[in-house]
Amino acid sequence: MTQPIIRLSGLDKFYGDFQALSQINLDIKTGEFFSLLGPSGCGKTTLLRSIAGFETSSAGSLHIDGQSMDGVPANKRPTNMVFQSYAIFPHMSVAENVAYGLKARKLPKVEIKARVAEAIDMVGLQGFDERASHALSGGQRQRVALARALVLKPRVLLLDEPLSALDKKLREQMQSELRRLQRAVGITFVLVTHDQEEALTMSDRIAVMFDGKIEQVASPQILYGKPSTRKVAAFIGMMNFLDAKIMTTSGDNVEVEVQSLGKLTLPLKQATGGLDGCNSVGVRPEMLTILMGSQTSEREIEAEVTEVSYYGDMTYYDVKLPAKEDPITVSMRNTAGRKVLEVGAKARVGWSTSSLLLLK
Amino acid sequence: MLSFQKWRRSESAQGLFLISPTLGFALLLLAVPLIMVAALSFWTQDYLTLDRTFTTANYVTAWTEPMYQYLMARSLKISIFVTAATVFLAYPVAYFISFHVAPKRKAMWIFLITIPFWTSYLMRIFLWKVILGYNGVINGSLTGLGIIDEPLSFILYNQNAVVLTLAHAWVPFAILPIFVALERVDRSLIEAAEDLGDSGLRRFLRVTLPLSMPGVIAATIIVFIPTIGDYVTPRLVGGPNGLMISNMIELQFKKANNAPLGAALAISAMGIVTFFALAFLWLNRRYVRGPS
Amino acid sequence: MRGKSRFFNWFIGFFLLFLYAPAILLPVFAFNASSIVSFPLTGFTTEWFSVLLTNGTLHVAARNSLLIAITTAIFSTLLAVLAARASTRFSFFGRRSIMGFVMLPMVLPEIIIGVSLLVVIIQMGFELSLWSITMGHILICTPFCIAILSSAFMNLDKSLEEASFDLGQTRWNTFWLVIFPLVMPGIVASLLIAFTISLDEFIIAFFLAGTEPTLPVYIWGQLRFPAKLPSLMALGTVLLFVSIGLLLIADYFRRRGIRKTGIENTGGFL
Ligand SMILES: Nc1ncnc2c1ncn2[C@@H]1O[C@H](COP(=O)(O)OP(=O)(O)O)[C@@H](O)[C@H]1O
Ligand SMILES: [Mg+2]
Repeated sequence: MTQPIIRLSGLDKFYGDFQALSQINLDIKTGEFFSLLGPSGCGKTTLLRSIAGFETSSAGSLHIDGQSMDGVPANKRPTNMVFQSYAIFPHMSVAENVAYGLKARKLPKVEIKARVAEAIDMVGLQGFDERASHALSGGQRQRVALARALVLKPRVLLLDEPLSALDKKLREQMQSELRRLQRAVGITFVLVTHDQEEALTMSDRIAVMFDGKIEQVASPQILYGKPSTRKVAAFIGMMNFLDAKIMTTSGDNVEVEVQSLGKLTLPLKQATGGLDGCNSVGVRPEMLTILMGSQTSEREIEAEVTEVSYYGDMTYYDVKLPAKEDPITVSMRNTAGRKVLEVGAKARVGWSTSSLLLLK
Repeated sequence: MLSFQKWRRSESAQGLFLISPTLGFALLLLAVPLIMVAALSFWTQDYLTLDRTFTTANYVTAWTEPMYQYLMARSLKISIFVTAATVFLAYPVAYFISFHVAPKRKAMWIFLITIPFWTSYLMRIFLWKVILGYNGVINGSLTGLGIIDEPLSFILYNQNAVVLTLAHAWVPFAILPIFVALERVDRSLIEAAEDLGDSGLRRFLRVTLPLSMPGVIAATIIVFIPTIGDYVTPRLVGGPNGLMISNMIELQFKKANNAPLGAALAISAMGIVTFFALAFLWLNRRYVRGPS
Repeated sequence: MRGKSRFFNWFIGFFLLFLYAPAILLPVFAFNASSIVSFPLTGFTTEWFSVLLTNGTLHVAARNSLLIAITTAIFSTLLAVLAARASTRFSFFGRRSIMGFVMLPMVLPEIIIGVSLLVVIIQMGFELSLWSITMGHILICTPFCIAILSSAFMNLDKSLEEASFDLGQTRWNTFWLVIFPLVMPGIVASLLIAFTISLDEFIIAFFLAGTEPTLPVYIWGQLRFPAKLPSLMALGTVLLFVSIGLLLIADYFRRRGIRKTGIENTGGFL
């Protein structure tokens, strides 16, 4: 395996007494699209700015490309950043903004000109070269910020919530464009976002953070399908939780007593984060079905519909299980001929042991 | 050594380093001189020789001599009148600009308010003398219109004239902070009050006025403290009964050659003004609930 | 509703009359043919302006004032740039008290500043000179400059500096390429405000003037002579238009700065 482009080990960051980052250990691979995902205030920006060189860590080390970044200031690091506010220089034109870093490098004029034109083309801003930067729309500003950073061919591009200021439609368009751009240039992207959907659709791998700690690092599929803790499971997508108690383990199986569902035997690998401390069982709404007519399922349980949310293509039912106070959610595709149940209706909920996760 | 290097690169060190020339200048030309004035006020001077033995005699004179007591009280009274007149005059104007002028025009109005302030200070005061004088603009127009037979004499060379002239000089300084405070008042709060059934006047008294109090307080302080230090206005339009403590301070420092007494008077005046300003702030904090 | 707005219109009308009364009378008497400054007006003349052209003492005073005003503008703006930058960008020990102290001359009665500087200069055995006045003026102008420049520096997005640094530029170049151009309008406004304040300042100048008068000190001396009054009116008119011209220039730069940084235009000076 090649060496990681970024290696963080044991990184701590304190603001006074407040610990913003604690014991961050992370390897980011060369050429991947990596996301830092977590609720706002969890330390994503702080981590990104530590990589960029704007924050000095309190302990631990950071290596980029095998080089220690200790004492290396931001202007000497092989990283570039796209700021949340884009930080476009308001007194310069688009071309001047893009040329800024090249001029700092004192490259020959012809080369600067060629590379600026290339970068402007790459982000789709042809013809905007001389446009004053305050006369740009949000999406265009973001493209300028991208071009300005990418034109320097950094080893790593750092992006701090670059899409959060855009409206929904533009955001979705920019998501696929960012992905395309990343594939085209082959540069490692590290993206900060609090939007799980954005992280899932764009990234090769994602680090989920809470309260200054990394909770899990994995690909989107694993993060969604096999979250290692209840916290991650709750943050990414929707997940129903039922209390569970571990009875005995035997070989590759574990016997658990689950609220409403009773005694079950589950394979050990369904305890995705290890068996220690597991006290609940999680199941995604789409792994449950409301059985109609003569439909059957591996297992089923009687329930009562307490709430119906109709989304057009999908319907979300809140159903109350016996011996559980809070209802759980079941999502159903509204396929042809399928009836939408009403509140108060009795329903048979079908489930299977293979869709349950044992979580702590 | 390492920690010193680290400190040198820290925000605190960089900030202190950057501000040090400005701070040094202010220390040298403000703090040191003020301390020396304080020291001087405890010394005595006989014509040109200075006696550096400590004495409180200057303060005793400043606080017991009827003439100084009288001047001090009068200065304070004039300052209070000027402040009240200025703030009462400024509030409606600031309110007008903030609430009745189109947003695009506000900057122009503020500019309009500040222009007269850039007339030469001395000239402005002198022109009030021309306006208020025995053969002045007011008397001239009033006699011309046949409203009065004899020119009015109570409008110049007295305390009214001083108050009027000083109010004129300070009113832009009072309008600006009140305007800024009014601009900060969230308009939806006023609409909310209207929605909840408050009439226009109650709305103003219960929402707009309390929320703009910080501006009023700032205006009061900005006008009240410096007013006590003006000695030109009383000299030009005050007449013998309109003189203020600053004229006496000036006299002690210049013609009377008694700088220590002048220093004691200056410090006493400052102390009294500061006391009144703090008392005002305290009363406000206690009885007026502004935005927190 | 209509009654209220009528009250306001009357009030504002009277207020503007009150506010502008001296400023309007100044040019009126400056062009009045009579050598007595009072009504009724007797005719139109530009004689009082031509008197100004030949008055040697006046020219000396004007030159002194200009020198002081220019020096004051430069130094107080320099000091204010440092203070505004430090207070808006860095958090350091005792920032609030230090800033409070530096801004103090804004509320201190000018006589106190005049008196205290006079005491120091005499105690130290220095001569009163144009320098002593300049020092006093720098002291009182700096807070105004800080007020203007603080808002200029505050409007500056911190990530612009970081972006420059991130793109490989040094701190020094970042200052000149990014920060300076963006606060330039504020600096021009600060220079002009300090210049205008210094040019017109009398109280401190009167205390600290040695043998060489400034323009306001000269005017003060002339106010005693009724015969000199019409030409003083002419002088005042000239000064008024110079001040307004400078302020318009300052405001123009302030607006340009706002346009450049794309921040919404609210409020006026200070
Ligand atoms: N300069 C600072 N001083 C003190 N606390 C800070 C500073 N910057 C960030 N923090 C705190 O650190 C935590 C993490 O901040 P941040 O990294 O910006 O979070 P995120 O980007 O995940 O929303 C927050 O609680 C924030 O309040
Ligand atoms: Mg953030």
